Amino acid sequence: MAILILKRIGTMALMMLVVSLIVFLLLEIDKESVAVKVLGVFTTEEQRRLWLEANGYFEPLYLRYFSWLAGFVTGDLGESTVFRVPVSEILWPRLANTAILGVLAMLVLIPLSLLLGVFAGMREGSLQDRAISVVSIITTSVPEFASGIFLVAVFVVGLHLLPGTSTMIEGFDLTQLVLPVAVLVIYDFGYVTRMTRASMAEVMMTPYIRTAVLKGLPFRRVIVRHALRNALIAPFTVIMLQINWLLSGVIVVELLFAYKGFGTLLLEAALNGDIFVIEACTMVAVFVAVATQTIADLGYTLLNPRIRFT
Amino acid sequence: MENHMTRQPLLEIENLAVSYFTRAGEIPAVADFNLRLDAGEAVGLVGESGCGKTTVAMAIMRYLGGNGRIVDGSIRFQDRDLTTMGKEELRQLRGSAIAMVYQEPMAALNPSMTIGAQLMEVPRFHDGATHAEAYERSRELLADVKLADSARLMAAYPHQLSGGQQQRVVIAMALLSNPKLLLLDEPTTALDVTVEAGIVELIRELAQKYGTGMLYISHNLGLIRDTCDRVCIMYSGRAVEMGSVRQLFEQPRHPYTQGLFHCIALPSTDKLARPLKPIRGQLPLPHQRPPGCSFAPRCDHFAAGTCDTPGLKMHEIGGGHEVRCERWRDIDKDAVTVTAPAEAAQAVGEEVISVNDLSKYYAVRDRSVAAMITRRRVRYVKANESLTFTAREGETVAIVGESGCGKSTFAKVLMGLETATDGAIEFQGKDIANTDVQQRSRKQVSALQMVFQNPFDTLNPSQSVGSQIGRVIRKFDSSTDRSKVRSRVVELLDLVKLPRDFMHRRPRQLSGGQKQRVGIARAFAGNPSAVVADEPVSALDVSVAAAVTALLLDIQRRNRTTLLFISHDLGVVRYLADRVVVMYLGRVMEQGTTEEVFSPPYHPYTEALLSAVPVADTRVRKKRIILEGTLPSPLNPPKGCPFASRCQRKIGDICDTTPPPVLASPSGHAIACHIALAELAEVEPVFTVEQADAAE
Amino acid sequence: MMTEQVVGETAPPSVVRQTVRSIGYLKESPVAVIGTAIVVFWSLVAILAPLISPFEPTATILPFARPLTPAPDGGRFLLGTDQLGRDILSRIIWGSRTVLIYAPLATFSAYLVGVMMGLAAGYLRGSTDSVLSFVSNVILSFPVLILYILIITTIGPSGLNVVIAVTFASAPGIMRIVRGLVLDLRNREYVAAAQTRGESAWYIMLCEILPNARGPLVVDICLRLGYVTITIGTLGFLGLGLPPPRPDWGGMVSDIRALAPAFPHMAVFPCLAISSLVLGLNLLADGLREISLRD
Repeated sequence: MAILILKRIGTMALMMLVVSLIVFLLLEIDKESVAVKVLGVFTTEEQRRLWLEANGYFEPLYLRYFSWLAGFVTGDLGESTVFRVPVSEILWPRLANTAILGVLAMLVLIPLSLLLGVFAGMREGSLQDRAISVVSIITTSVPEFASGIFLVAVFVVGLHLLPGTSTMIEGFDLTQLVLPVAVLVIYDFGYVTRMTRASMAEVMMTPYIRTAVLKGLPFRRVIVRHALRNALIAPFTVIMLQINWLLSGVIVVELLFAYKGFGTLLLEAALNGDIFVIEACTMVAVFVAVATQTIADLGYTLLNPRIRFT
Repeated sequence: MENHMTRQPLLEIENLAVSYFTRAGEIPAVADFNLRLDAGEAVGLVGESGCGKTTVAMAIMRYLGGNGRIVDGSIRFQDRDLTTMGKEELRQLRGSAIAMVYQEPMAALNPSMTIGAQLMEVPRFHDGATHAEAYERSRELLADVKLADSARLMAAYPHQLSGGQQQRVVIAMALLSNPKLLLLDEPTTALDVTVEAGIVELIRELAQKYGTGMLYISHNLGLIRDTCDRVCIMYSGRAVEMGSVRQLFEQPRHPYTQGLFHCIALPSTDKLARPLKPIRGQLPLPHQRPPGCSFAPRCDHFAAGTCDTPGLKMHEIGGGHEVRCERWRDIDKDAVTVTAPAEAAQAVGEEVISVNDLSKYYAVRDRSVAAMITRRRVRYVKANESLTFTAREGETVAIVGESGCGKSTFAKVLMGLETATDGAIEFQGKDIANTDVQQRSRKQVSALQMVFQNPFDTLNPSQSVGSQIGRVIRKFDSSTDRSKVRSRVVELLDLVKLPRDFMHRRPRQLSGGQKQRVGIARAFAGNPSAVVADEPVSALDVSVAAAVTALLLDIQRRNRTTLLFISHDLGVVRYLADRVVVMYLGRVMEQGTTEEVFSPPYHPYTEALLSAVPVADTRVRKKRIILEGTLPSPLNPPKGCPFASRCQRKIGDICDTTPPPVLASPSGHAIACHIALAELAEVEPVFTVEQADAAE
Repeated sequence: MMTEQVVGETAPPSVVRQTVRSIGYLKESPVAVIGTAIVVFWSLVAILAPLISPFEPTATILPFARPLTPAPDGGRFLLGTDQLGRDILSRIIWGSRTVLIYAPLATFSAYLVGVMMGLAAGYLRGSTDSVLSFVSNVILSFPVLILYILIITTIGPSGLNVVIAVTFASAPGIMRIVRGLVLDLRNREYVAAAQTRGESAWYIMLCEILPNARGPLVVDICLRLGYVTITIGTLGFLGLGLPPPRPDWGGMVSDIRALAPAFPHMAVFPCLAISSLVLGLNLLADGLREISLRD
């Protein structure tokens, strides 16, 4: 078990290394364009050359990569060309804001989708199953920006119930989070629900559920003790992967509601060519994604006795 | 046994009809079914796949799935009608008064719960036992089903047990509440024959000990003979014959029952004494059943006007023997129209395949901490170890053994899908043991072909039959002339006795037997000099299997092909093989002509294997040998004789420490054993056939 | 003589007949019928755009018109106009062309790459599999939208680049699915039969294995088309899609994002358009899955 954990962490480190190489190559292989992005278009070639030289850009590529990587590992993320402050100063507060949004979304998403999925898969083909399936197909068909627009049209424009933006200018306000969280949940819950439903329905068809029923156990016991444990293994992995999706989703949602989070930061950086912010945001996002993936893999092993004891 | 008419029946099924409702409409699965089962009695329910035998059991349990429904009749258990019973009452009966044992023990157990937790649920929910009581009772029952080390097993998960152990756990679970009625649905079909023998023995003992009534569902008449008092034969949703085991096995009256017996190859008698006679045609699909007798289209005694009138009833013909045949009086019970066996003993030709000291090891990386410390990270599975045997032109050599004995690995090496670790296979004078199929010449490849086991994936579902056979012809013949290929496809379809328009059909439009025939046609397309048949009929129903076996043999004889027939079915092997190679744990235990292997001297493993085979013939007496223990891991095989850990004739430490010598008789009969040949020769034969007495 | 009789008997089923039959299968699932209807509707709209569009999609006529406002030169702005005075209905009609050209193109290209990778990884296994799986794991570890942003900001926004980005980001997912199917199918006995007659690896992958994986793949293609549609829309919404003035549904919403609370019609109708198309594709996928499970 210890070896398994070490191996997984090793794989994770290797993956992060490769990702960092990709990000570095994608953004910094062309040093001219780096200089243009950092110094702006209205600079002379001489100015750029001086800046490149001062920042070690004429070293061989692999040396540049290693010093860049070393900077990253030690927390030196470079300086934002737009805000003219160290990247870490803006990144962490933004990330914290996004974390609030993400945690809230997960808190709603997980119980809701598991409950609906189990409920639907428990009796395949029943009315409850069909209803839940239809709802989840429809909600996954609506892109996040579209469901955001619809919700704004109904709750902000139509009913005047909720604020249409989530700028938090006047301090933290929970009502401003309702719509962003709703958009994230609406788009994601259908997928998790359908996965849970499929897993549950599959388990309900297995011979060991037949054994449990024909043992004379009450239906509740069959579901809770025999079906759930096996049926929730697959959704567990799916939910952990949702964090990856959520990181995409927050970009749209934050833009739509003008929420000061990590997504808007990345997007602005991308549109303004704020190269070190892009690098930092990407690396942090991939780290979160890879870490949850690793946890999902380990959790899958822990939940599944067939792998745990061989 | 007492006269059962005077006793209170335990289970009484009257006019039962069960249907499944699908988009295509109502599909009747069981109709007009009557059965009476007394307390402590064992009744066998026999039939081929799709005959409705499992549906009967599931109807008793009232577990027919979402689309199955009991449409008529009653099922009375201890005078209560199960068909109208409420949910809660039903729940209390299930698992306590009526319990069930299933076909796939691995699938029947919950993979994420310990054995103990699954067992303890029964007393806790049915008898309100405390945790401690439930634990104690469960442990006792594990000991009762002869599972040693019950405390450790209680904490184990199902996948940590062998198939035989899993089935014992399922049986223990069924018996925990001391049921009055036990339903067994093919409980040993998924198990190896020596394991099966142990389970059957256990079931018999426990049924006696607990006085449980049993409904034993099986397709294997031999098993029924060993376990049951009475038998019911089902065909296409109806019971066609019912009676005591003696009545039915000695005087079968229904043409279908008679046909079944003629399809079974017995390991106790050879082919000359009892040729196989397949039933022609195939099982009708539920919506294509003819009016009247469903067996009519396949029956030799069909009479228009009698057999095709709807609503045929069972006829009582004395002593509780019933038969659903209008013409039972006219049918001579002993009428076996012996079609002359195509059996003119053929002279065998030259050696075609010669296997010499062949070994195949698979490397397995051990990633445990212990292995890292001891630095033995790579270990070897010895799938084949020093195999040596030959096969001649026109000869059928059977390779026999249970799962894990290495017979399939050998086939892979022979076909060039794997390469040997050591040793040689000489084929037509060239060593091919280390030549991958891609490196073999086209002639070599076409000369050595294979018939596969599973009819459901032997053919590519997305290509028509004709194009699949045609591809082989083009591959081997290099003639791309369309009409020539086509005429050859037709020829091959004729050869395997399939209608010619099958060339346009897709595999899903074919039955299992038909697919296997196409598989045979494909193997023979390149006029091979040797064909490997890997359990070609094991997945087929007996009546179909007999026909496919006969066809394969017929083609082999006509083309003088060398046939390597891999099988675990000793009956079929005795029927068709000229020579037999018995394998265990990757090694050859015994080899010789079929007569030599099937009579003393036996290797102790061969002896146990033979005695484990259920024989569907009441005249055959069988020596009973039950093997203890499970197959050792091929990663860590015993140092001495591989069979030593389970051997019933083990003579001492020498078996554990020293590999046995190969004792060969001048005729070539070879046995790998420490016991002297002379001593093994004195062993009494496994089968003795009672002479038919005068009264019969 | 015998051969001729057979030749004349039954001709192998033609492609036309097979197509007709597979459309017949669709009827078995009402969900699939609704899905097909929606997809066919949008395809027709895209094809007939020049004929049915009431105005020029780029013509600036009357800004901020609410739905049903009469147009100055006759006719009505059924869905209103945007802030530049362009007819929203016409822009939605022309915008369907953008989506229905780029989404299938990008999906097809991703499939080409993903299927080849999956076949090679699943059938050849060993080091090929390890390398391909690692590469796809690395790509899949990027939150997908971040990957798009990274690619598009590096190579610039254009139709072709959207196709490249989608291929790059989706091929690993397709590879995983194909690989899983191949790992299962490669153990079938008909594959062993092909191996024992010495067929080449590519023949086995393409002729023996791939056709039998088509069921799940067809379903996945529909789902993925829907997802790529969402992606193209989202990229447009983020301002990373096709450069203006070409109408594109996501871009239409992006342009007036700030005005949405005041003029919801400008955003709601393009959103409805894209949602309905994706819904159609998802329903079709669900129906196809249902049908394939039945047989």
